[in-house]
Amino acid sequence: MSPDAKIRLDHVEKTYPGTKVPAVESLSLEVYEGEILVLVGPSGCGKSTTLRLINRMIEPTGGRIYLDDEDVTKVNADKLRRRIGYVIQQIGLFPHQTIAQNIATVPKMLGWDKAKVAERIDRLLTVVGLDPDTYRDRYPKELSGGQAQRVGVARALGADPEIMLMDEPFGAIDPITRDRLQNEFLSVQEDLRKTIVFVTHDIDEAIKMGDRIAILGDRSHIRQIDTPERILAFPVDDFVRDFIGEGSTLKGLHFETVDEHVTLEPYPTMHVGEDPTAAVARAREAGTDWVLLLDDQEHPTRWVPVSDLGGGSTVSSDSGSEVVAKVSLGATLFEALEQMLISEAAVSPVVREDGSFYGVVRLTHLNKAIRRARLEAREHYAQLEATS
Amino acid sequence: MNSILEWFGYVAERYDDILETTWEHAQLVLVVIGVATTVAVLLGVYVQRRPTLRAMSLSITGIFLTIPSLAFFAFFIPVFGIGNRPAIVAMILYALLPILRNTVTGLDAVPPAVVESAKGMGMGTMRQLFQIKLPLAWPIMMAGVRIASLITVGIAAIAVLVGGDGLGSYIQSGLTRLGLPNSEFSVWTGVVFTVLLGLVLDAMWATIQRFTTTKGQRI
Repeated sequence: MSPDAKIRLDHVEKTYPGTKVPAVESLSLEVYEGEILVLVGPSGCGKSTTLRLINRMIEPTGGRIYLDDEDVTKVNADKLRRRIGYVIQQIGLFPHQTIAQNIATVPKMLGWDKAKVAERIDRLLTVVGLDPDTYRDRYPKELSGGQAQRVGVARALGADPEIMLMDEPFGAIDPITRDRLQNEFLSVQEDLRKTIVFVTHDIDEAIKMGDRIAILGDRSHIRQIDTPERILAFPVDDFVRDFIGEGSTLKGLHFETVDEHVTLEPYPTMHVGEDPTAAVARAREAGTDWVLLLDDQEHPTRWVPVSDLGGGSTVSSDSGSEVVAKVSLGATLFEALEQMLISEAAVSPVVREDGSFYGVVRLTHLNKAIRRARLEAREHYAQLEATS
Repeated sequence: MNSILEWFGYVAERYDDILETTWEHAQLVLVVIGVATTVAVLLGVYVQRRPTLRAMSLSITGIFLTIPSLAFFAFFIPVFGIGNRPAIVAMILYALLPILRNTVTGLDAVPPAVVESAKGMGMGTMRQLFQIKLPLAWPIMMAGVRIASLITVGIAAIAVLVGGDGLGSYIQSGLTRLGLPNSEFSVWTGVVFTVLLGLVLDAMWATIQRFTTTKGQRI
């Protein structure tokens, strides 16, 4: 039992009246303070039911629910819900109320004074990226889908709850807006550090949003719960593997950054105006047919083939091909792979923040990084098994 | 054309009395609508999510509306005596169906996601009802009130037959004296002012609806 478990489900069960098979069967789960835990699974696995058990929109038929080690299984459900932000896919803004009134819902119930509520409304609209003066007095029907979703999030944050429950919050939004809202939400979360339980059926959304992911099977059985990196590197069984689907290795590259996980190797370079003989020798030694041409600020500019450098003449400014693809030190290996595929030399040059050349990422680096992640994940699970 | 002018003369001569009778008629309608709205809305809220009671209450109020009004009015004389009271009771029962039906329909039309989010934010049953469900159902409920009001304005003209007030008195006295001077004018007066009253009341409900709904609810 982790000391910083913000939400703890202890053998929680839900059996609907008139059915024998429980919708949620003996589920124990901890959500740590400040993390986004994503519940993901095929439709009908009980992930939404599980989410709704936490704020008791569905009353459990067994087990206990703890918030901050306080047993909330039997406390007043309305009061409990005012402490927990709740966002659903259809948003459910109150159409007869202005955006400001919508956001004020919970603060008003908690008896905040008017000035504090007004201040809170403006702050929250700003947080979700809507101009308070423009949107405060609008009605929900005057908003686009993306704007309505932002207001939905602002309303859930109304009284600054420590916990948020989000049920496919971006599910009904077009892919481009969804991507933007996800990114914005993640950056808001970086400041707010709420404890969030997030339900989705989309594994890619889970990988993107989750600090940890719980992959749920039938009756909300947890098949695997871990960081997205580890789940991608080491799916524990076929169910999880099938659910992650094709390309899990590629997805795993999103979690490795260029500077952290890769030892960058030197690469034959030369400067404009330099005698190419030495550079050719360096290229031969490195076993490559390309030399990277740097300008006087050490910025990589062109890929020059060794064959253009014969005869001892200085290199002309238009030989070889322009460097169109480079990544920064903070980039992910996924981005590095993308640049590698574009680059003529099949490597991805890495530059420092000021744009100066640092090294290159090669396919072998990615290969090593992936194998290391898999090994680490396997060792982690072996250790878990040994200690349990 | 001539007779219309003569009718204007007839009306002008009795202007005060006609207005007073119209006002009596309006009072009958307002009392009926007031009581019927209260009863039907309470009943509607109670039965909306209870399928059996809902079906029963809609059928029973439907049956009320099909009972011929003359018989229905007379039916209450033994209980309430002669006068406005048997008429008012009968008309309340008539007015129930449109208001009840529209209350139930209006509550049905509240989007489930709105109720879900209200509940999810910690609104109790009463808050959900008064802050969310009823305000959202209100335009449809008001449409029911307007229909009930129009029906009642028409039926109230029969109240006179059980000793009640209202514009029915002009129609009745005209019909009993048919062929005698001014008898047709009297009937026309009753009919025209009943129709006018119906229109005025309907405009009044429309205005009330306008001021009790927000911009977010209007189409």
